[in-house]
Amino acid sequence: MKTEKQLCLGVESTADDFGVGIATFKGEILANASSGYVPEEGGIHPREAARHHAENADKVLAEALSTAGVKPKDLSLISFAQGPGLGPCLRTGATVARALASYLNTPLVGVNHSIAHIEIGKLETGAADPVTLYVSGGNTLVSAFEAARYRIFGETLDIALGNCLDVFAREAGLKHKKGLPLGAAVEKLAAEGKKLIPLPYVVKGMDISLSGLLTAATILLHKGEHRLEDLCYSLQEHAFSMVTEVTERALAHTEKREVLLTGGVAANRRLQEMLGVIAEEHEAKFNVVPRQFATDNGAMIAWTGVLAYTHGLVTPVEKSFVKLRWRIEKVDVPWIK
Amino acid sequence: MDKVNTQTLLKKGAEASLFLKSWHGRKVIVKARLPKRYRTAELDAKIRSYRTAHEPQLMHEAKRAGVPTPTIFLVDLKNSAITMEFVEGKQVKQVLPHLPRKEQQEMCARIGVLIGKLHRHGVVHGDLTTSNMILAGGGKIFLVDFGLGEKNVEVEARGVDLHLMKRALQSTHYRFAEDCFKHVLEGYTSVLGMEDAGKVFEKIREIERRGRYVDKRKQA
Repeated sequence: MKTEKQLCLGVESTADDFGVGIATFKGEILANASSGYVPEEGGIHPREAARHHAENADKVLAEALSTAGVKPKDLSLISFAQGPGLGPCLRTGATVARALASYLNTPLVGVNHSIAHIEIGKLETGAADPVTLYVSGGNTLVSAFEAARYRIFGETLDIALGNCLDVFAREAGLKHKKGLPLGAAVEKLAAEGKKLIPLPYVVKGMDISLSGLLTAATILLHKGEHRLEDLCYSLQEHAFSMVTEVTERALAHTEKREVLLTGGVAANRRLQEMLGVIAEEHEAKFNVVPRQFATDNGAMIAWTGVLAYTHGLVTPVEKSFVKLRWRIEKVDVPWIK
Repeated sequence: MDKVNTQTLLKKGAEASLFLKSWHGRKVIVKARLPKRYRTAELDAKIRSYRTAHEPQLMHEAKRAGVPTPTIFLVDLKNSAITMEFVEGKQVKQVLPHLPRKEQQEMCARIGVLIGKLHRHGVVHGDLTTSNMILAGGGKIFLVDFGLGEKNVEVEARGVDLHLMKRALQSTHYRFAEDCFKHVLEGYTSVLGMEDAGKVFEKIREIERRGRYVDKRKQA
């Protein structure tokens, strides 16, 4: 290669964030720039989000390159989140990545977004073989590596944990703050909650269901008989206990010695506390992804691109179509023995 | 077995701890749902006492359906502990991988028959995994751990129950999961009949399509 330091630039655009990260092949993160789409009201409109990504891609790219102090020609690899996610958003990121790779004449590699969340957590915390709870606006799953693949031990049967918190927050009229997800607003109110209001607690085997919980909490909210703080507290206690219960079951089942919490909701301190307890009880080491790598980000895509490429994976442009549905059990991970 | 009232911890599960104990001259299992520190005390107490009260009822119902389950001797709601018969045997999880293909298939079909009997009687198990099935000395298969079960005759509940079984096979016995599950369904059909079983199978396909990022998922 041209430079002594081999570099990968990763493009993330699965949902509301457009991110560009730059990682060395040795796993140093040199840059992690991003721009988030904030809807005027309601949830993510895929086309509007994609428009935001297209309009901000050049700015975010320039910022990442300048933070890392590298020139485009120094890059030796381009990676992008190939799925799963929202179609228009994914396609925007993929287009940027294809253009870069073809202009710079570097290899291109598509990576799985969910696996990238796990890999950045491992890189940053030093965890080697954890049971991972990955919780975000779009995903809620418990995974561990077994027999050549990341297997899903438990997951939500309906909506994701972050989605549950976000929708409740919007119903309660809480507003997006720049750089802070709505879940953070719920967390803040929950800390002031005192009374536990009974809500549905649904664990089915290793899976959970959150939609009934959200509906019940929303109905109580609109009845107006409870303090919002108590509702946020109760919603968090029920939902977090459910995901912690299934994570503990996977931990007991796999007998792994590490627990990793990753994804946007990983930033929640109450959830961290609960998972810390089960890790301790099973004599496992507890790891939380650092906040800057918790939400969707380009750095995780860059790093996972390095892992994939250095273990023989490349994605030719003609096979670089996005995969809106791409379960992690379907992904080859030759970098794990 | 000595007469002293000592107990040995057999298994520290995620949901409960199992102790082997001597009780009035018998070997018994005490299943204790110990407090979970991660849950707030109020919620924890509610969940533990609900499951402790519920589980023996379902085990009793299962017996009436013709499905072997350990006999319940004592239910202690205050301490969320159930004292039950100790079934000597091995977990199906341990046995299944080492059987020749033919016997594997037969065992899976027998498991399917048990699930079918349970469902026909209006009970869903809620956590069908090969760890929750014990192959006893005489060759009988016992079902245990009904803590997440419920009385429910809906096709949806039955579908979820079997879907969990499939998922459990895939994560624990991925090498022969598909073949095993096929035979579980055969056993199941032999009890429920083609019509009712067919409805459940259609529901399983629907549940799978509901899953996140599944290829076969229909566009809404």
